[in-house]
This record gives sequence, structure tokens and C-alpha cells, in this order.
Amino acid sequence: MTSPRVGVVTFPGSLDDRDALRAVRLMGARAVPLWHRDTDLDGVDAVILPGGFSYGDYLRAGAIARFAPVMRAVWDHADRGAPVLGICNGFQILCEAGLLPGALVRNRRVSFVCRWVNVRVESSATLFTSELSPGTVLDVPVKHGEGQYVGDRDTLRALGEEGRVVFRYCSARGELGEAWNPNGSADHIAGVCSERGNVVGLMPHPEHAVDPDVGPAGGRALFESLLASLLARV
Amino acid sequence: MAEPVRTADPLHRSLGLTDEEHGRIVATLGREPARAELAMYAAMWSEHCSYKSSKVHLSELPAEGRHVLVGPGEDAGAVDLGDGMACVFKLESHSHPSAIEPYQGAATGVGGIVRDVLSMGARPVALLDALRFGPLDDERNRWLLGGVVAGIGGYGNCIGVPTVGGEVRFAPPHGPNPTVNAMCVGLAPADRLVRARADGPGNVLLLIGSPTGRDGIGGVSVLASRRLERGSAAQRPSVQIADPFAEKLLIEACLELVDAALLVGLQDLGGAGLTCAVSESAARAGTGAVMDLDSVPLREPGMEPFEILTSESQERMLAVVRPADVGTVREVCARWGLDSAPIGRVTDDGRLRARLGGRVEADVPARSLAEEGPVYRRPMAPPADLDDLQADDPTAAVPPLDPAEAFIRVLSSPNVASKRWVWEQYDSIVQGNTVAGPGGDAAVIRLEGSARALALSTDGNGRYGRLDPYLGGAHAVAEAARNVACVGARPLAITNCLNFGDPERPEVMWAFHETVRGMADACRALGTPVTGGNVSFYNEAGDSAIWPTPVVGMLGLLDDHRLRIGSSFRPGGAIYVLGETFAELGGSEYAEVVLGAVSGRPPGLDLDRAVRLVTLLVAASRHGLVTTAHDCSDGGLAVALAEAALGGDCGFAVTLPADLPPHVMLFSESASRALVGVEPARAESLEGLAGEHEVPFARIGETGGPRMTFGGTFELDVSEARAAYESAIPDLLERSAG
Amino acid sequence: MSRYRFEVVVMLKPGLADPQGKTVEDALPTMGWAGVGGVRVGRHVELTVDAATEDEARARVEEIADRLLSNPVIEEHRILRPEEVG
Repeated sequence: MTSPRVGVVTFPGSLDDRDALRAVRLMGARAVPLWHRDTDLDGVDAVILPGGFSYGDYLRAGAIARFAPVMRAVWDHADRGAPVLGICNGFQILCEAGLLPGALVRNRRVSFVCRWVNVRVESSATLFTSELSPGTVLDVPVKHGEGQYVGDRDTLRALGEEGRVVFRYCSARGELGEAWNPNGSADHIAGVCSERGNVVGLMPHPEHAVDPDVGPAGGRALFESLLASLLARV
Repeated sequence: MAEPVRTADPLHRSLGLTDEEHGRIVATLGREPARAELAMYAAMWSEHCSYKSSKVHLSELPAEGRHVLVGPGEDAGAVDLGDGMACVFKLESHSHPSAIEPYQGAATGVGGIVRDVLSMGARPVALLDALRFGPLDDERNRWLLGGVVAGIGGYGNCIGVPTVGGEVRFAPPHGPNPTVNAMCVGLAPADRLVRARADGPGNVLLLIGSPTGRDGIGGVSVLASRRLERGSAAQRPSVQIADPFAEKLLIEACLELVDAALLVGLQDLGGAGLTCAVSESAARAGTGAVMDLDSVPLREPGMEPFEILTSESQERMLAVVRPADVGTVREVCARWGLDSAPIGRVTDDGRLRARLGGRVEADVPARSLAEEGPVYRRPMAPPADLDDLQADDPTAAVPPLDPAEAFIRVLSSPNVASKRWVWEQYDSIVQGNTVAGPGGDAAVIRLEGSARALALSTDGNGRYGRLDPYLGGAHAVAEAARNVACVGARPLAITNCLNFGDPERPEVMWAFHETVRGMADACRALGTPVTGGNVSFYNEAGDSAIWPTPVVGMLGLLDDHRLRIGSSFRPGGAIYVLGETFAELGGSEYAEVVLGAVSGRPPGLDLDRAVRLVTLLVAASRHGLVTTAHDCSDGGLAVALAEAALGGDCGFAVTLPADLPPHVMLFSESASRALVGVEPARAESLEGLAGEHEVPFARIGETGGPRMTFGGTFELDVSEARAAYESAIPDLLERSAG
Repeated sequence: MSRYRFEVVVMLKPGLADPQGKTVEDALPTMGWAGVGGVRVGRHVELTVDAATEDEARARVEEIADRLLSNPVIEEHRILRPEEVG
């Protein structure tokens, strides 16, 4: 059978769109560039909202991008239970659009932070973590100024109870603690998913962790899970 | 024609022109200049744009080389990387704006250098920043550091170009005069480089990007070409506000236009705005241009012609487009959400004309602005105190601290200590090709789709420049070459930024000339031509001038990034020092932080030795012989050992030769040395290779374990050294919060 | 038709961490200002609306503030009395 098609949306100010397309190709899927003014997703099997500073992150990160024409199609795609991954700015857009709960605000120490971190897989019940066991620790980079995950008490409780926290920042051995939380996120949350587990958003950049030539490859498992999920669906 | 300015009017002086320069303008035009014309000459003949004090000296720098595609004089230099690829790179100062408003000053500095590279048709792939501040115990210096770093990050992170390296140093003269030098590196197919030329009379001048406002009027003539005086906050209107989002759109739109071969020429608008872009493009092509100022999109109403002509509003590019392509070009711009406006056309008469509301506001020869400005051979004299300063050799001083204490003092000196606090604020991995980011000897950027990689480093030591500017210039080149060789790359070419005080003082001009001479000799020896750069004068406020501070941006090429040598120790290896250590503490980090002296002579530099070491390191990489290589420079062998141990979280035990006193052996900054780690089985091959290259070597110990052992002198845990090294800068900065 | 100039102030909801506000607050004592607290940093937006009545204009600004200018998950906003500008 033909390999799955994975779309990557470029908004004005997207930065990691090329990197996401490259990662998709490297992992053996067909990469489909999508444009923020597109009104359909060209029939892709999965869609990635990449990192960057869409619209300069002016106003709030993701606040303007969520109104892009393509987002209606992303919404319908998600509504059908198809996979949507928001990375960094993409996560911010998904939260602004209401496809994921909570919000991302300025890092607790205010400044931008770029470093390799560890995240612990908390749930394998998503289309992007199906091949991973809970407790697995991944090496992935973060690079953001507004990555502190916040939500009201009910939201955070519900996320915990429903198993919708997908990744938490942790030590190399999987321990949780402030020392390993790069931005002050509530409950060390690095990524969450929708109720059906098909929409996942995370601040770390798996697409920058697939090529051993340029660093650890902790992001590969997300793409492997996605491809496995897509192949299982057809 | 607009009203001429009367001779008695001191306007030309307030614009920074001398009476003689004003006389030259009158002679060129055969009449008094109109107000707009005067502003255009003031901007283009400013030190910043015309290089009038430095030109006669800069011609001594070697600019030729087999692989040089574009040398000095264009927006940025370019070298041939082979396989049809070209690398475009340039280093430029934005110190004066940063001293007034650090965030915006640094951010617009990044924006400007990125557009310089973009205007050659290259995709920007890396940024580096060389920064100098006053000591961090002063609150204002902390504010400047924080603002500059946030500004560099705020801009670079938002346009998706990784900031992969650079350096940060501290010295008292940089308190009132912080130095902010930004370097951008870009890649393009070698046969597709775009020139900033207004060729083809009849072609259209298209202004792309942000609207033109009153910001930055007189930026080059007032801000960058004079001393900063007290109350410089009043100069704030000259500072521009950065819009990195607009820049990102400009990058994508311009590269799409270049790919589609829709542009005849492209130039960024930086210092002196439209005047500079149009006059330089026309002068290079031997053409002229007519500008219709009514067509320039303005941010505010009622702007005067001279304001439109010299505004330094950011995020604008000037494209030269064939009339038939204007529609297509504007469509591409619109698709990226960018405004574009045809504002004039190329003519064949060599004149630069500007009209507003049917009135001719300026009509001058294009070349007179861009190429026929004044050139000065200013008086030169060595500083009166230099002989005494050089005679006060710290190598002879009795050490006030034992070696263990001195080691911690040097390791936690802000010049040496970890700059993690700085570089973690920069996105160093976007674009996905960063093989080695900040914190090592040189950054390594993979050429996409190839095993080859660029190695990039910036370097410059103000202490050396203060004590012997010739050596300051030569060492900057030699150390940058050593840095790229330490990762295994061949040095190819350099760009430079020469940061100095007031050129009207003979001591400054003398130091400038010496620096250029030293740089030229080192570049010739190492085979690294200077493809371009920038001069920043007037870095002095009140009675405080910066030390002669040349900064070199070095480009190296690694044939296979998998052969890159890391700078961290791995356990179980033998440690060698390549090169010889002499009793040279003059101008050293040790002398400054332990003895409180910036005196003596900087280390000597034998350029033959420098070349042999570089060649040896490149050969060692090609043969995969060494696991670790690290430059010995600031803080000497002691710091090189410590950094290699900290990077690999791996201790060592060394025995240092006893022919020099321990503190001299540890902290001497003798040139042309590198620390290397090698698997014991390969030690013999390394010794053979070093012998072939006539590089002296000494096996000094082994790697491994949790301790750093300087045999017979002192020892400590790697974790103890790490605490000193990592916490020094955050601790100084957190004083402001405590 | 009249033209109204509105000002919208967007602030983080009370109780949410405000790192910018805290940074400013922490800097004050070192600069010699004692006894200053409760610093919050928000956003101030000005906009001009053409509408038949002030109420109609305000309704439009309310909607813009709800949907775009603020994120109800983390922020609240208030609209300052408009000025008729033509």
C-alpha cells in the first residue's frame, strides 16, 4: 500500500514547518505542505501544526493563526477523529482554537529557553504515543518563551483523571520536579490530548529529534506511533 | 528646484558634515545643496556609510582568494564551497543603538545583518553574536546584557534562523560603550547570487516590506558616527523598532522571487535608508535613478522629503525589477502579506533624482553619494602610556593566590565562565542542521543533503588589542582559525568588525592601523581572505574609549561532519598538548582577575606555527585520530582542561612539565596550542602526524574518573569546578533581584 | 454614522502567575522604590469603530475583545468609555 500522507501547515511566521516536513519524510511518510489560506487539507491522513511565531506571536501566541481559513478544515479533520499534532506554536494554536484545553503563557522565568529536556510518556492512548509504554523517557528539545501550561483547577483535575496528560517534563531517570520543568508548567505538563486521543499538543519538538546526525532521536517514536496508527486504520 | 540652504546656515554641521565637506558638495553640484540633498550627503558621507577614516587602511587586507566569489564592497561577501554552493556571510556592529535601547538596538542589528545576507539571494542559516559589556557588578551593565540578549533572541528566534555561537566578554571600557556585533551566514546556489545593482535603464525600483516612518532619521550620521554624550536618551528617536515577523515574511518572499529569477537586483535598506540603497545600486551599475517620493508608503503623514530619503525604518528591501515582471513580483509579495510599491525607475544618466508633489527635491550624481565621498588619512600616534604598560610584565609578579584558588578565580571569571545563561535564550536548533551549537570551539552547521558542514567562530581579545593592537588583530584571526580547526574544519575566509574609539584621536587611528596590519599578516599566512566587514568608530563616551576590539568571524569547511571533533573529554583517553607553552602571562585572564593587571605584552604569535597547528588538526580529523580537541586561549591550559572535563563530565589526571612555575604553566596564554584527547591505541599515530607537521607535543596525562587532578599542584571534583563555572554569571545577574 | 475611539485593557486573570509583573516588582526595591507591590502587566488596545450608535459600537468591541483580543482561559478585559471622534 502507499505510504500515509502527512500535511504540515505553514502560517505566516511558521519556522519549524520545513523541519516537520523533513521529519515526516525521514520517517517514511509522504510530506504534504499546506498553506494557511487553504480551505481543505488535500486529503491528508494526518496534519501537523508546526512550531514558530505565527503572526509574530503578536497579541498572544497562536491567537491570530487560529482564525486562519485552514483551521476550519483542521477542526473538521479533528472532529472525524483523524490525527492532529500541534508542536510548540502549533500547541498554542490548538489551545487558542479550543481543540485542546488550557493555555500556554509566558515562561515562569520570563525568558526564552532553548535546551534539551527529558519528557516522560504518561499515556499510550493517543495516536502519537501508541507504540510507547507509559514511563518511557524521551530526549527532546524545547525552545519557547511562552510554554508554561496553565489551566483552571477543574481542567487540570479532569486531564489527570481522564489520562489526557500525554507528556510530563522529568529527569533523565523519569523523576518529576521543579529542577526539570523548564517553564513552570502546571503539574509538569509538557503535552496533552483531546478526549478521543487523536489531537495531541506538546511544547517540545519531536521533529527536531529524529536525525541522529544532529542530536538525540527521542522524537522518532511519535512519528512511528503515528504511522502505525494510520496503517492500522486502513 | 527646492530652496537652497544658505552658506551661513550651520545645518550641515548639525548633520555631521564639516565645512570642507560642505564645500565639496557645493563644488560637485555647482550650487548650494537643497535641504534633502544635504541630508543625503550627510548620511552617505558619514563615517558609518563612507568608511572615510578607515578606507585607506582597509585596502591592506587581503581580499583575494581562489574561492572568493564576492569580496568587500557588496552587502556581504561570498565564498565558493564547491558542489555549486556558495556561502554568504558578514559581521556588523550595532553598538551605538544598543547602548541607548539594548533590546531594540540588538534586535534591529540582527535584522540588518540578516537582510545583508538575504540581499545576496542567500537563505540565512546561522547567526553568531560577539558582545562586550562592562563588569556585571554594575546595575546598568546587567540591564544592557539582559536587554541585548533578549533582543537578539527575540529577533533571531522569531525569524527562524538559529543563533549558534558567538562570544561574550566583559571589560570596564565597555560599560558606557557596549559592543554588539552580529554575524549572519547564508547559503545560495553559487550561480544564483544576486547583486545589489540597478542595471537596465527603464527597470522599476520596487520597495518591499514595511512602510517608511520617521524612525532612525540620522541614525548613521548622528548615532553611529559620533561619540555618545551624556543624556544620550534624548537620541531615542533615532532608534528603530524591530518587527521580526515582517522580516520573516521578507525572507520567504525575497527567496521565492530569487528562485523564480524575477529580480534584476536586490538591496536591503539599512543605514541611510533609500538614499543608500538607490545610490549604491545605481553607482555599482553605472546607472542613475529617479524616485517618486509620493509613491513611498508612509507610516505617518506630512513627512519631509529628506525624512523619506534617509529614514532607517526597518524590514524594507529594494528590488530592481523588469517592467514586465512587476505584476508577478507584487503578487508574490502580497501572498506573503507584504506591501510593495513601485517608487521609481532606473535611468541611464548617472543622476539620482527625487521628486515629491511634482517638485524636484534632489538631483545629484549617484556616484558622488556612494563612491566619491571624502577619504581621510588621519594622523596616527601610539598612546603615550603604551611603553610603560608593556614594560609592566605580570609574568614576573609573585602569585598572590595558590594555584587552586587562582584556578577557581579564573574559571569563575565572567570572561571564562559558562555563558549558558546567554545562549539558552537563543533558538540554536531551528532549520534542523545544527550539528554543534553554542558552547564549543566552533559551531557546526550541516549543509543540507550533504555530509559537508560549515564551522563558524567569532573571536577577538580587547586586552591584547589594548597592549599591542598589531598582535590583537593577528591573534583574533589565528584564534578563530584554531577554533574552526579544533572541530576539524579548514579555515576558508573571514569577515570582520573593527570596533574602535574616536578616529580623530591619533592613538585610536594608530591602533586601528596596527590592528589591520596584524589581521592582514595573519590572514595571508592562514590563507583566509577578508570578504567584507564593518568598521565601528566613536565607541567612546566622555573620557572612556573602548580598547581596540577587532572581532573576526571565521568560516571553515568540514568535508564530513561525522569527522567533527568534539571539545569534551571521553574516559580512557590520553591527553596531549600540541604546541609549546612559554612564560606569557601578559594580557592574560590570570593577570586581570588574579593580579588586577591589564599589562605586559600579549603572547607572541609565530604565524608559521599557527598554520602548522591548524593543518595538523584538520589532518587529525580527516584520519579520525583524536576524540577531543580544544583551543588553549583565555585562562590557558588550566581552563582548556577544565572545559573539556566539564563538557564530557569526565575527570583527568595530568602532570604538567616543571620547566615553568606552576601558575605560569597553568595560565600562560601562549598561542598556537591545542589540547587533544586520543584513544591510547592511536597515540602513536598522533605523535607521528604531529612530527610530520613539525608541531611540538607533550603527553601530559589521562582522562577518566570524577576528579580533576593537576599532579603535584592541586585537585578537585569535576562537580566543584562545574559549580564555579556554571553559577558565576547567573549569580552576578541575580544580584539585581536580591 | 459616528466614529468612536475605544480603549480595551486586557489583564491576566487574578491568581494567574504574571512573570512580567513579578519581574518589574522585583526590580523596584533595587532601584530604590520601597513599599510598591501588586504589579501586573497587561495589554492596552485602542481601536476606532464606525457605527450608528455608541451601543452598537460597544457591542462590536465586546465581541472583538472576547474573541480575539483576550483569551478567556487566562485573561479578562474591560472596555473603557469611548470617545466620539467624528
